[in-house]
Amino acid sequence: MDGASMDRVRDVTLWVNGERVSRRVAVRTHLVDFLRVELELTGSHLGCEQGVCGACTVRVDGVAVRGCLMLAVQADGARVETIEGLSDSGAIADLQAAFHARNALQCGYCTPGMLVSAAELLAANPAPTRDEIRAHISGNYCRCTGYHAIVDAIETTAAARRGEGGAA
Amino acid sequence: MTGGDRQVFNNRTINKNAAPLNGDRARIQGEDTRKVKAPDFAYERPESLDQVFDLLERHGDEARILAGGQSLLATLNMRLSSPGLLVDIGRVPGLAGVARAGQTIRIGAMTRHCDLAAAPPVQAHLPLLARAVPHIAHPAIRNRGTIGGSVALADPAAELPACCLAMGATMVLASRGGERRVAAADFFQGLFRTVLEPHELLAAIEVPVPPAGSVAGFDELARRHGDYAIVGLAAQGVPAGAGWQGLALAFFGADDRPVLATAAAAVLAEGGGIAAAQAALDRDLDPPGDLNGDPATKRHLARVLLGRVVGAMAEGR
Ligand SMILES: Cc1cc2nc3c(=O)[nH]c(=O)nc-3n(C[C@H](O)[C@H](O)[C@H](O)COP(=O)(O)OP(=O)(O)OC[C@H]3O[C@@H](n4cnc5c(N)ncnc54)[C@H](O)[C@@H]3O)c2cc1C
Ligand code: FES
Ligand code: FES
Repeated sequence: MDGASMDRVRDVTLWVNGERVSRRVAVRTHLVDFLRVELELTGSHLGCEQGVCGACTVRVDGVAVRGCLMLAVQADGARVETIEGLSDSGAIADLQAAFHARNALQCGYCTPGMLVSAAELLAANPAPTRDEIRAHISGNYCRCTGYHAIVDAIETTAAARRGEGGAA
Repeated sequence: MTGGDRQVFNNRTINKNAAPLNGDRARIQGEDTRKVKAPDFAYERPESLDQVFDLLERHGDEARILAGGQSLLATLNMRLSSPGLLVDIGRVPGLAGVARAGQTIRIGAMTRHCDLAAAPPVQAHLPLLARAVPHIAHPAIRNRGTIGGSVALADPAAELPACCLAMGATMVLASRGGERRVAAADFFQGLFRTVLEPHELLAAIEVPVPPAGSVAGFDELARRHGDYAIVGLAAQGVPAGAGWQGLALAFFGADDRPVLATAAAAVLAEGGGIAAAQAALDRDLDPPGDLNGDPATKRHLARVLLGRVVGAMAEGR
């Protein structure tokens, strides 16, 4: 490898779903390509790769980010959580069950990103209004459901977590 | 279960055999021709301002600062730009955070949108910023995007440049030779153009603490929550009888840069009322047509916004 290309790859170490991972990556690789191609974690999706659709939303150091607008090298040293990890841990099992019950997913392409966004809202605001829910998921496109069922599922989950099961 | 359910609930663990460390060079470095991806570039992550200045001096126009990446990485993915080197300032100490010193609030360039709105000095003294931030993009983008990136990019439809103008902010530009300060009104030069030189970094934004009694107003018209505005207005001033003191009306999405509507503000300052100010707006704004509407539409929308925002400010909302 000549000197010119050495600065185009970089060794990174990060924690993905609690597991330590070290890899050499091309610096231009964004986080979701790294997760999908390098780690074969294909739950994070790519729709637009320009920050518009939200299908790539993952958690980095505890906050939801666009995985297509972050380079894998920028995640060096970070804790990354994907839908696979969130599912395994059971942390959002109630939200996932509500999505299922309310038919808040059809093709499922938007769902991993939608769940990461919704989980962040519920953690920050235990009693969001429907308007607040809509504003919060405004950056997550769904081409199937028409959103109504998704808002229902998030609202139901919030109510259940407050101990008001059966509301909404 | 539908296919969708499987996508969500099918748990997987990391495939440890997928790519051995230092493995298949062709695959790691190779041009991935299957999809349109960011062009190849070099990447440096300096850990001090001195290192940043070294890189900017050495690479000149070829180097591009990477802050939150929420605009830059999107344009790279679309291959609208192909810098030779990205200089990631995300880990340079001292660039993030909001602090008050006397009558000035200093906002570090790397302060992310989400932290800006929540910062105590902003909550206490700069309600204009707290109101504007929820209109910027969407939560996941606000978690990464920075005020410095937004101001340096100078998108004419962006919220924060207009807020800087309305608040009378000063941009602090740093380079090897030291710092220089440029008023917001002189900083923005046109469509995505500022006075920033290639060897300079926007280090901070200094905002004067508004005088007692100051009120802020903010609103924008967009097709969808989180979209860039068609037209927007950031305003700040102190009510004085029927008029105003120090009233600044900064429109965005109305020209190639944020614009102070000085004629309309002068009418309001003298107690001339909203209708007269709306009429005066024609002297302040000369909006180009774009995909969101022709100049006449934009002028109309600007008048509507002026009525709403100043009306709300006068009522103390
Ligand atoms: C879908 C989508 C919707 C959006 N909607 C809006 C919106 O409604 N309103 C809005 O205002 N923004 C919007 N944005 C942009 C977002 O706010 C960005 O965060 C912001 O414009 C750029 O900040 P950044 O930190 O991400 O900068 P980057 O993308 O990292 O950089 C942007 C530019 O500024 C330069 N730069 C960055 N920091 C500095 C510095 N300190 N000194 C000198 N140069 C610097 C970079 O070199 C680059 O040219 C949107 C983005 C997306 C993807
Ligand atoms: S793929 Fe990242 S926002 Fe669409
Ligand atoms: S379920 Fe198909 S895009 Fe949302």
